[in-house]
Amino acid sequence: MSTPLGTSVSADAGRRQGDAWETVIGLEIHAQLATRSKIFSGAATAYGAPPNTQACLVDLGYPGVLPVLNAEAVRMAVRFGLAIGAQIARQSVFARKNYFYPDLPKGYQISQYELPIVAGGTLEIVLEDGSRKRIGVTRAHLEEDAGKSLHEGLAGLTGIDLNRAGTPLLEIVSEPQMRSAREAVAYMKKVHTLVRYLEICDGNMQEGSFRCDANVSVRPAGSEKLGTRTEIKNVNSFRYVEKAIQYEVARQIELIESGGKVIQETRLFDPDRGETRSMRSKEEANDYRYFPDPDLLPLELEAAYIEAVRAELPELPDAKAARFSAQYGLSDYDAGVLTASRELADYYEAVTRTVPGQSKLAANWVMGELAAVLHKDGLEIGAGKLPAERLAGLLARIADGTISGKIAKEVFEVMWASGASADEVIASKGLQQITDTGAIERAIEEVMAHHPAQLAEFRAGKDKLFGFFVGQVMKATQGKANPAQLNALLKKKLPG
Amino acid sequence: MTMDRRTVTQMAADLRARKVSSVELVRACLPRIEASQSSLNAFVTVTAEQALAQAQAADRELAAGRGGPLAGVPIGHKDLFCTAGVRTTCGSRMLENFVAPYDATVVARLQAAGAVMLGKLNMDEFAMGSSNETSYFGPVRNPWNTDLVPGGSSGGCAAAVAARLLPAATATDTGGSIRQPAAFCGVTGIKPTYGRVSRYGMIAFASSLDQGGVIAQTAEDCARVLRSMAGFDPRDSTSVDNPVPDYLAGLDAPLAGVRIGLLKEFFDTGLEADYERRVREALAVFERLGARLCELSLPNIPRSVPAYYVVAPAECSSNLARYDGVRFGHRCRNPRDLTDLYKRSRSEGFGAEVKRRIMTGTYVLSAGYYDAYYLKAQRVRRLITADFERAFAEVDLLMGPTTPTPAFALGAKSADPITMYLNDIYTISANLAGLPAMSVPCGFAGGLPVGLQIIGPHFAEQRLLHAAHRFQLETDWHTRVPERCA
Amino acid sequence: MALTRAQVEGIAHLARLELDPAELPQYEQSLSRIVDFIGELERASTAGVAPMAHPLPGLAQRLRADEVTERDEHDLYQRNAPAVASGLYLVPKVIE
Repeated sequence: MSTPLGTSVSADAGRRQGDAWETVIGLEIHAQLATRSKIFSGAATAYGAPPNTQACLVDLGYPGVLPVLNAEAVRMAVRFGLAIGAQIARQSVFARKNYFYPDLPKGYQISQYELPIVAGGTLEIVLEDGSRKRIGVTRAHLEEDAGKSLHEGLAGLTGIDLNRAGTPLLEIVSEPQMRSAREAVAYMKKVHTLVRYLEICDGNMQEGSFRCDANVSVRPAGSEKLGTRTEIKNVNSFRYVEKAIQYEVARQIELIESGGKVIQETRLFDPDRGETRSMRSKEEANDYRYFPDPDLLPLELEAAYIEAVRAELPELPDAKAARFSAQYGLSDYDAGVLTASRELADYYEAVTRTVPGQSKLAANWVMGELAAVLHKDGLEIGAGKLPAERLAGLLARIADGTISGKIAKEVFEVMWASGASADEVIASKGLQQITDTGAIERAIEEVMAHHPAQLAEFRAGKDKLFGFFVGQVMKATQGKANPAQLNALLKKKLPG
Repeated sequence: MTMDRRTVTQMAADLRARKVSSVELVRACLPRIEASQSSLNAFVTVTAEQALAQAQAADRELAAGRGGPLAGVPIGHKDLFCTAGVRTTCGSRMLENFVAPYDATVVARLQAAGAVMLGKLNMDEFAMGSSNETSYFGPVRNPWNTDLVPGGSSGGCAAAVAARLLPAATATDTGGSIRQPAAFCGVTGIKPTYGRVSRYGMIAFASSLDQGGVIAQTAEDCARVLRSMAGFDPRDSTSVDNPVPDYLAGLDAPLAGVRIGLLKEFFDTGLEADYERRVREALAVFERLGARLCELSLPNIPRSVPAYYVVAPAECSSNLARYDGVRFGHRCRNPRDLTDLYKRSRSEGFGAEVKRRIMTGTYVLSAGYYDAYYLKAQRVRRLITADFERAFAEVDLLMGPTTPTPAFALGAKSADPITMYLNDIYTISANLAGLPAMSVPCGFAGGLPVGLQIIGPHFAEQRLLHAAHRFQLETDWHTRVPERCA
Repeated sequence: MALTRAQVEGIAHLARLELDPAELPQYEQSLSRIVDFIGELERASTAGVAPMAHPLPGLAQRLRADEVTERDEHDLYQRNAPAVASGLYLVPKVIE
């Protein structure tokens, strides 16, 4: 704890930020690549194995062993580079970053330094006001992840688990072009969506597959010169990134305004306290003595290889959203929501394919009812609980007038709980819409007979009571009367 | 305990002809090794039991008419090749009790070829040294005169072959560590082209310079052993995927017309007069065999030693960072904290020369010095390589002395590191350029062996071995053994 | 160029080596000698010469198929470890 600030500071930070100070944020995102084996060894990368059971001799940095590069990690990095319109280096070089730390078995991390595999791309984020902003990606490079230190239950010792050591990482470094915590989160979400689209990272932030370091500085509004930055390490949720940056911005402003100076340092976000604090242990060894790794040769990629990877790229989120707007007549907002993940977009498209011409109805249901129950049950769209064909079956019954939208919600709930099809639920519960004119007329007549006073008022000119009669007939038919027919018949019958 | 002067070639033939069994060979070697330890100290570990078991297995194979090209031949490994279940110390306290859970590719290949391992040979600590005085397990002594050093870092290998404790040993050469001790001990050694022999399981000193090779009595034996250990290894990214030629083929072909270049820079003022005479006499032999000699100058060669003492320490400082007392190797007692664990484990585990090189390497890579030292040295390295390329456009082989002087006395050069480093002045350039190079015995100066160095272009091992073999057909320097060992 | 004691101590710390105060003068002296010796490189004219990190020109990195080839051998691998518990390598408490 090195700051005298209370939590109250962050509340008025926004105001100050707004006028006198400009925030400058750059993110370094670490995406674990979804390879089966590690970047330089044949050990498995699966999460959650017992300690050190997935750390082979290469991962342990044993004397005499050597790294050999995983082809799939390279392909994934190239996919990412192509997806952001970056340059793919025809030659890139692996370097050693030298420092001592117990989770770093060799005493150096194999990374890329001067010649990264990906350089100079861009991503577009949508700001709160709906405007768009391009964020530059300086570079993305391949490197190996470190192991983990465990401190609990070891009586004053630290335990080292090297299962994660050697897991391939793509470090994606942005330009310092974000101006608020919100922008940073929007950018991070954009990258998150993209890496999952590309199937190069599972995006699981709880397991640390996708995490980020935020470089944060503030400067007087209008100033060109960058302020001293601090680096907030290893934040692994969107919410924490936002909170950590907000806190850090407020801290820096408060510090400067009270006559202090921001010192360049590494800080850690403590989610329990909502604060960042100095990480002095990482400060010491800042002379990394990078040099080309003599155990690895330059990575050379042929143009044909790069083109082959390009040819395999899936439709990317922005292109898909644009197509959804055009093809399905959706608003930009809806198209954006539905393309937020590839699974969601695929699901939506599967539904619309099955009930053609109902793309708007499908969008409402996927973003509305379905999203709500998924959220409630903590499920992913891909979990398979309600296949797209099932939902389409329900929408088809709305479209052909078998059931009303209101009844459909009831049917949906039963479908979700039981796994039955829409038709099964409609049949077993007798929810089929009443379209027989005679039956609806009989229901209307009964309601009229039961409510003579209201009928008299209506006939005396109280038009608003029309709705009352609609409701009463619906109630009498358990909501099954065809609304359009009911309307027409009421209009004919009520005036007498 | 009579000396077995047989070469690998002769032993392999006798074994196949069932004139001798592998068990007999091993039984003859073991007591001689045992007896030599107090005077030579060539071995760190003798694997008597495993050797006998391997010999028995080899004999069964041979009896059945099977067995690889080296079936039953006893050999030793420099103690930096990892051997599963047998400790691999690298001549260091750091790895005093380290037992690798795997075999180096070289070890596995030679075992597959039928060779029987007698033990692990002493060496300068982490292969850093030119005299074998930096070994934690005590210095190796030169069989020709035990007051003298055997050279380094593969001193145990060269001494053991010179004393005919075994016919051949694997070794490594980062800046001369095969050739210099071979010269000092009067035996034949080859450092192949960088990438020819797998480095997997060969504990690293300087990754872009290290290369495994052979020390044996003859060029023919070097060819025979190298043939079994060389070749592509998917576990080593720097291993080259070229087919390995049959190094034994064409060894007897005439040398007529071969162009041999003499490097002016290797016949400099530092070269002892008697040493130079022996080398010139050897060159005359090649001339008699029909080779054409010419003198060449490669102006960047004199910068090899300073360039090497930037590149090698830089790589070593990083390669040796893994020895931190956590997963293997020496760990200090009762560390106060993490930094204390690192510092004391490493300071206790490494000897003075290793520490000096780690610090040199740390310095040349550190902020503010990287460009001036490391990058500069890598540029000079390219100049040196380009010099060699130009030379090999004109000649087939380069020849000269292996070292400036014969073996020196223990302690003579340990006070000043630069004096010691300059002992490798003729050998280092081949490592910087990744070239194959040999040392062949070519006479005596002051009663001590003199080495002729032969350097060829990349992947010209066959050319080197051919020249060396033809020389050995004309001379008998390689058959001389120290009197005290006989 | 002579290295100062502070420089030698700084290098030793970066390399995580603890030098006995009694040995310090000797390291100071020998490292200064070495730095002088390698400083000679400064005189080489290398304008326009690209640094060479590998001795074999034109070779490129080979790629390995993404296959799991290693099994759990942690018991065997940890036999060389000075301190382990529950499969973890133990070190003094690391404070972050």
